[in-house]
Amino acid sequence: MSKSVVISGLGPVSGLGLGIGPTWDTLASGRCAIRPIKAFDATGFDCSIGVEVSDFNISKFVPKWYRKATKVMARDIELAVVAADLAARDARLVTKSTVDDGKSFSYDSTRMGAHIGAGLVAAELNELTAALVEARDDHGRFDYRKWGGEGINHLTPLWLLKYLPNMLACHVTILHDAQGPSNTITCCEASGGLSLGESLRVIRRGAAEMCFCGGTDSKLNPMSFLRQIMTGRVNTTDNDSPATAVRPFCRTAAGTICGEGGGIVVLEARDSFEKRAAEDGARAYAQVLGFGASQSVHHESRNMLPDPQGKGIALSIGIALRDARVSPDDIDMIVPFGLGLDVSDMAEANALASVFGDRLADIPLVCTKSMAGNCAAGASGLDICVAAKAVAEQMLPAVINCDQPREGLRAGSAPGHRHDIRYALTYSCGQGGQNAAIVLART
Amino acid sequence: MDKRTRIVITGIGWVTPLGHDIDLVWAKLLDGQSGIGPTSHFDAGTFPTQFSAEVKDYDYQQFIKPSAAHDGVGLNTAFALGAAAQAWSSAGLDAFEGLDHERLGLYLGSGEGALDFDNYVATNIGGWDKQSCKIDGTAWVKIALEHMNALREAEQEPNMPLAHLAMQFNAQGPAYNCLTACAASTQAIGEATDILRRGDADVMVCGGAHTMIHPLGVTGFNRLTALSTRNESPTEASRPFSIDRDGFVLGEGAGMLILESDEHAMQRGAPILAEIVGYGSSADAYRITDIHPEGRGPSAAMRQAFADAGVQPADVDYISAHGTGTKENDSIETKAVKNVFGVDSKDVAISSIKSMMGHLIAAAGAVELITCVLAIRDQRVPPTINLQRPDPECDLDYVPNKSRQIQVNVALSNSFGFGGQNDTLIIRRWDPDAGP
Repeated sequence: MSKSVVISGLGPVSGLGLGIGPTWDTLASGRCAIRPIKAFDATGFDCSIGVEVSDFNISKFVPKWYRKATKVMARDIELAVVAADLAARDARLVTKSTVDDGKSFSYDSTRMGAHIGAGLVAAELNELTAALVEARDDHGRFDYRKWGGEGINHLTPLWLLKYLPNMLACHVTILHDAQGPSNTITCCEASGGLSLGESLRVIRRGAAEMCFCGGTDSKLNPMSFLRQIMTGRVNTTDNDSPATAVRPFCRTAAGTICGEGGGIVVLEARDSFEKRAAEDGARAYAQVLGFGASQSVHHESRNMLPDPQGKGIALSIGIALRDARVSPDDIDMIVPFGLGLDVSDMAEANALASVFGDRLADIPLVCTKSMAGNCAAGASGLDICVAAKAVAEQMLPAVINCDQPREGLRAGSAPGHRHDIRYALTYSCGQGGQNAAIVLART
Repeated sequence: MDKRTRIVITGIGWVTPLGHDIDLVWAKLLDGQSGIGPTSHFDAGTFPTQFSAEVKDYDYQQFIKPSAAHDGVGLNTAFALGAAAQAWSSAGLDAFEGLDHERLGLYLGSGEGALDFDNYVATNIGGWDKQSCKIDGTAWVKIALEHMNALREAEQEPNMPLAHLAMQFNAQGPAYNCLTACAASTQAIGEATDILRRGDADVMVCGGAHTMIHPLGVTGFNRLTALSTRNESPTEASRPFSIDRDGFVLGEGAGMLILESDEHAMQRGAPILAEIVGYGSSADAYRITDIHPEGRGPSAAMRQAFADAGVQPADVDYISAHGTGTKENDSIETKAVKNVFGVDSKDVAISSIKSMMGHLIAAAGAVELITCVLAIRDQRVPPTINLQRPDPECDLDYVPNKSRQIQVNVALSNSFGFGGQNDTLIIRRWDPDAGP
């Protein structure tokens, strides 16, 4: 029998709010956070709307001894630092970063791991271009010789460190003195789910007692945003109606919208969690019962989309259910990937039908992307937070923007309401074909 | 307690600055040859560092049939395809029909793809507004759409080598890409081992692929003053453990391995090259820019790997060092080896093949583990070249300049990522009767 593992702290960060309290309120009341983009002038792009994390002051989430390091944090890294801070505090952990009164830390540092999903981090264009323009030749073109000789000196010495994907995890490990196993998963939208899977495996094999896991990302900069639009997955027809732009599993779905943020959670072996909870009053949101990973293979799209039958997705769900030793009939709620892109939603619907059969029509699907957009490498981190909170509250958040659900799915718009949730499923599908499925249970 | 499933290496392949054939490259490594020379990927003539270890004369179609699914792949994917095809066929998987593709997994530690640099720069310069000293979003996107290409952009995602290998081998099992900088492919192999031990897959293709020999890669590392600037003598620039080392040398390429349980390997009659017995992963949790001065993280990774392997430091015959040739790494790595090995540290042969093929960053660990496999196969360890004058702080046996015939039963490979993520693997000569 596998070691029992619980989620003891949630750190969602998205346009829905910072932390599980505000995030849950927004979801429960069904408020969409999609707006015209303010982070840069997006009016010339085919899509000009997105979901930004509202202003936050990064130094509020970083203790004094580490403030200097905030200078080398790209937006993606800041979001991870915020998410981990929120998760640690939500789990009532006293860490090197959260301690304020000389109390001793809640864990043995060598037994705390960190597995954090990250995207392809984009260089800040204003900063880089200010240096690049210094290396133009007489015709205004970029000159390698001028760049190599002097241009590069216009970049700060630590420039590269802002953009290495592993820096999300590295800053988190330093802030919380997490010296255990540490990894950075880079599988687009599946990154957070796969990171949780990795933490689960690490705890089960006994290499750590607890881990930070999840992921954050930001595509709300010109380069990353353009890349997303170029994939063909972004809705470019609803700039004037942002609140209804993302319509997962609705027959009128027209693409997704870029969000930013994601979520990081604290995962703990149940036995050690119960020991500390007796003292510090921490409570577990949910048990992580099962995990499954798989790869979709779809030559026609070069794995940019799942195979139309959803075979790869179904495989990961099946593995997670077997790992959890529960049957498809036991699942009371699903937080699906729900991109809001027709071909992707269809593959998911086929996958779900193949796993759940007729019972699928009775299982509520609760999508976050209709309100939070697609947080890319952070998306599944956010979904894990939402699924865990739903299990703890025995409540479904609201579903919006689905007036004409696909046949056979209980995906239609509905207000938030109480719901008996013994077991919940959440899964994610990365651009590139990686899938991660997670089964949670009531504690 | 149940006997743990034993995980073995049954296939290896690489694409390196010294060539793209296992035995050819191995012979060059034993001969102490350098793959480092002037950088040709772009005009690096005025950069502080003008040389690197580039992969030469390589086309992935030397190894696999052309396919529309792979048209226009980036360099990382091209390297990954060639290395994986070698590993796949050396493991006898070409001819094996009993493979369950739903239980064929992938775990890579591949890097981000190089930017489409010329178009990227032209767009940024074109979109620059002199007045505000900022990018003008509307002008920028107009130029971007003229210059940039969806496929070239998509290929930069770090999980694209993974996506292409999945198509190539119809791999539908667990699939991950990790990117812990210089430790990535070592970590990928370690986690792939754990996935197999749990029984979550039958066969794993694992390793890594990476190039950072591109203008912004060199810029970034030059600004960090991490690279050697010995432009007058590139083949002597990578000098791990030497008193006059002045930084690492960028390399590029891929290393891939096929892993499976001993039972699965024996059932299908696969060649068993070595057994993976131990894996450890840790974080320094110290500073973004510096390694912990006592080598805390690297020591922890090695200790975990020993605990996992059930072997003692005294059992180790060869260490493939991280050995980058930076001031900081080599002395602290030496300290970490001493922390863990104690008196036995003097008796173990240690070398850094980065002295010959530079630092393959995310791909380095996989290529270095393959050299450990070959050291066990041939009972010979490669040298650390350019080591005429060792640093007094580096006072162990680094197999200076000449390869050596020794008994190699157990080998250990270290990889330490920039930012503090550390991984260690321990492999052992295959002995069907040895206890796990």
